Amino acid sequence: MSPSPPANGVRSSWTAVRSMLRQDRWALAGALTIALLALVAIGADVLTAIEGQDPYTYRTEALDPATGAPAGPLGGVSGDHWFGVEPLTGRDLFAIVVHGARTSFLIGLAATAVSVLLGVVLGAIAGYLGGAVDKLVTWTADVLLGFPYLVFMIALAAVVPGEVPRPLLLIVVIGFFGWPSIARIVRAQTLTLRNRGFVSAARSLGAGPGHVFRHELLPNLWGPIIVVSTLSIPGKIGTEAALSFLGLGIPPPTPSWGRAISAAIDWVATDPMFLVFPGAALFLATWAFNVLGDGLRDALDPRTAVLR
Amino acid sequence: MGALKFVGLRLAGAVLVLFLVALSTYAVFYLVPADPALQACGRPCTEQNLALARDFMGYGDPWWQQFLDFAGGIFTGRVFGSGATAITCDAPCFGYSFAQNTDVITLIGERLPVTASLAVGAAVLWLVTGVGAGVVAALRRGTAWDRLALASSVAGVSAPVYLVGLLGILVFGFTLDVVPVGGYVPFTTSPVDWAWRLLLPWAVLAFSHAAIYTRLTRTQMLDTLGEDYIRTARAKGLTETKVVGKHALRNVLLPVVTVFGVDLGTLLGGAVITERVFGLPGLGGLLIDAVGQRDLPLLLGCTLFAAFLIVTANVVVDLCYGALDPRARLS
Repeated sequence: MSPSPPANGVRSSWTAVRSMLRQDRWALAGALTIALLALVAIGADVLTAIEGQDPYTYRTEALDPATGAPAGPLGGVSGDHWFGVEPLTGRDLFAIVVHGARTSFLIGLAATAVSVLLGVVLGAIAGYLGGAVDKLVTWTADVLLGFPYLVFMIALAAVVPGEVPRPLLLIVVIGFFGWPSIARIVRAQTLTLRNRGFVSAARSLGAGPGHVFRHELLPNLWGPIIVVSTLSIPGKIGTEAALSFLGLGIPPPTPSWGRAISAAIDWVATDPMFLVFPGAALFLATWAFNVLGDGLRDALDPRTAVLR
Repeated sequence: MGALKFVGLRLAGAVLVLFLVALSTYAVFYLVPADPALQACGRPCTEQNLALARDFMGYGDPWWQQFLDFAGGIFTGRVFGSGATAITCDAPCFGYSFAQNTDVITLIGERLPVTASLAVGAAVLWLVTGVGAGVVAALRRGTAWDRLALASSVAGVSAPVYLVGLLGILVFGFTLDVVPVGGYVPFTTSPVDWAWRLLLPWAVLAFSHAAIYTRLTRTQMLDTLGEDYIRTARAKGLTETKVVGKHALRNVLLPVVTVFGVDLGTLLGGAVITERVFGLPGLGGLLIDAVGQRDLPLLLGCTLFAAFLIVTANVVVDLCYGALDPRARLS
């Protein structure tokens, strides 16, 4: 038997999100784009099967033998190759882009899950327990925020031996460096919630810290958690793409938007479409999460809402 | 509390953070089972040669001993090996790159002017355009200008710097052919060429960063313009330029300075990518070379240097805060 919080946080959040999506056209566009890209990522095999291609087979017959550039206009766009082909190899660019969505979403979402899990647990512990634990967590977060994480990740990717699966390494490392910003927000929220009546009531009825966390704090933390995780996804997708761009991300031949864009550097002048398709996909994904995140923040966290 | 004590405490904190970054980086790099001596061991790499190489480079000791040697080298310098083949690395010694036969600090010093040129120019550009656009958007709230500023700031946040860079090369470099693409001319050789060749990289890096300043400035400006003291300033008949430029902007700049410090500190990461896109021979290129050669001392040196930039930027921000906001000096 526990006293319930004043309002069911999860349900009221959903109502707020639904009305936000009805009013904010940008956020709705972002949400639809994410849904579309997620469907593409999930159905990548089906889509490429319909097209009749795959992202791995070399098709040198689609290339101009003299230059290695795709034969035909617009980087070889045709009924067989919807986005044209990759220069030098002739691999199908549509297949690379839709399978690349899978890589980006997998790394981006899984790394965000790691950050959120660490950030929520550590932030809530710091805010709820206070004292030395709070000092330790806050201080570690401060040091980590001063950590040159991109440079460190580049260096780390160089020294970690090949036996460690790259996707796992990327998820863990990108996710790990994301927890401090989430922990800060959760800690601040927990501090204000800790002394509210319903939390004190639960405590005085004998509820342990675990119970208080799950039943009293968490329902009221969902709003900020959803906002901050949505807004942190594009950064993580961008980091994966940046590392792949530098040749330190997902190893070939697994398709990755960042690696495709990196390969496009040498072809910008002769085959710009090789840059445009993966580039547009990456931009759409990060843009969609950003505008949806902004909309969610306006709906769920009015204190920081952007004034229109 | 005296200003000196404040500065002293901040500096001590900064040094402590740097020490921790160095320690944890060291621990992670050396706990990873990658033997740097293997690269230097020569062929055929016998057990004996490997042991010699390890001993020479100082990798035979436990990692904490190596870290102490490294930390000591900063103050006293280091000598690797002995006799005629010994390599000396004078204090302050931040490690020695055996792959390039030079000490790390010299390597970083050689490349720093390029990265600094890129970073400083871009920072000036994005600060001016970002804050300017934010002020305009706030003053013209709800108009097409405002919507344009907000929409382009979302685009700027979302577009990765290499994508903007490549599109910039495509449009301005090749299609319109108005700016040169890539290549670096030192400032001392020709200031005009230096700026002309860096124009596109500056613009690209600035576009990616300006977005956040536009939004921040706009939000802060809208908040500030609603304050009582602004109404007072207007009521006493000040011109709008004075109200906005003198009274409002000063308050708006506080959070801008905070973000600017963080951005300047982390700029090295972004510069790595921008340099790769434009083929600039800066610190980014050095880092990528170090990755290719598994050059551990150089990797460690670059990470530490990046941390040094972040920590320094944070201290400078704190000091600027005191100068901009008298209230911050008291606490």
